[in-house]
Amino acid sequence: MSIKILIPTPLRPYAGKQSIVEVSAQTVGEALADLVAQHPDLRRHLFSEDGKLRSFVNVYLNDEDIRYLSKDATPVKETDIVSIVPSVAGGIQW
Amino acid sequence: MALMIPLALYDQLRQHGEATYPHECCGVLVGEFNESSGKVVRRVVQCGNTRTDSPANRYHISPAELVRIQREAIVAGDDIVGFYHSHPDHPAKWSATDLAEAHWTGCSYVITSVENGRALLTNSFLLLGQEEAKRFEDEVLEVIEN
Repeated sequence: MSIKILIPTPLRPYAGKQSIVEVSAQTVGEALADLVAQHPDLRRHLFSEDGKLRSFVNVYLNDEDIRYLSKDATPVKETDIVSIVPSVAGGIQW
Repeated sequence: MALMIPLALYDQLRQHGEATYPHECCGVLVGEFNESSGKVVRRVVQCGNTRTDSPANRYHISPAELVRIQREAIVAGDDIVGFYHSHPDHPAKWSATDLAEAHWTGCSYVITSVENGRALLTNSFLLLGQEEAKRFEDEVLEVIEN
C-alpha cells in the first residue's frame, strides 16, 4: 500500500527537494527501504555502515517512536504517516 | 542570506529564556526558506527542555514534539527553518556541545545569552556541511516589523 513519509528540511536536497515522499510498504522497514530505493543519496544520511538508523535519526509512525513499537517490523496502514526527525539538543556544557 | 524574524517573535524567544532562567529554554522556528532573500520566521514554537537532569547547561527537544511541529508545518505549507535556545550566564555563542548535537543542516540555531535573568545578546548560527564535517557560520539575524 502507499503511505507518506515526511522528510525534514536538511534531508530534502537528497530527496528531490520534496517534503513528502510516497512509498509502497507493508512495514516501516519496507517504507524506509522504498524511500532510499527512490532516493539513493538519502541512504548514508539515514543509515550507518552497518545498516542501522544513525543514532541521531528518529523515525516515528504517526506519534509513536518505532523503537518502542516493533521497529522495522512495525506494520503500516494506508492512512499512516512516517516522520523522520533528526534530534535537536545542545547546551553550554563543553 | 539572513534569518529574518518579526520583532514580536524575536521578543517571544528572548522572553522564553528569561522565563526559564537559570535553565536553558528551547524551541522551534517555523517559517519559509526563500532562495533569494533568506529564511523568514512566521511562528515560534516553545518546547519543553527534556534535559531535566542538567537543565542549566543542556537542552533537548522531545522528538515527539518535533514530529508534531514538523507535520503541522508541512501541512500548513511552511517548514522548520531553525531552533533556538538560551545560554544562562554564558555568551550567545555556540559551544562544542551545540555543534556536536546539531544535525539540521541549512537551519538556523539561535542562541540568547541570559544574564541574571535578563536576555542580553541574541545571535544566529547557520549549520553547514555534512555530518562528518559540519560547522556553524555566523548568520545575520534581521529583526523585521511585525
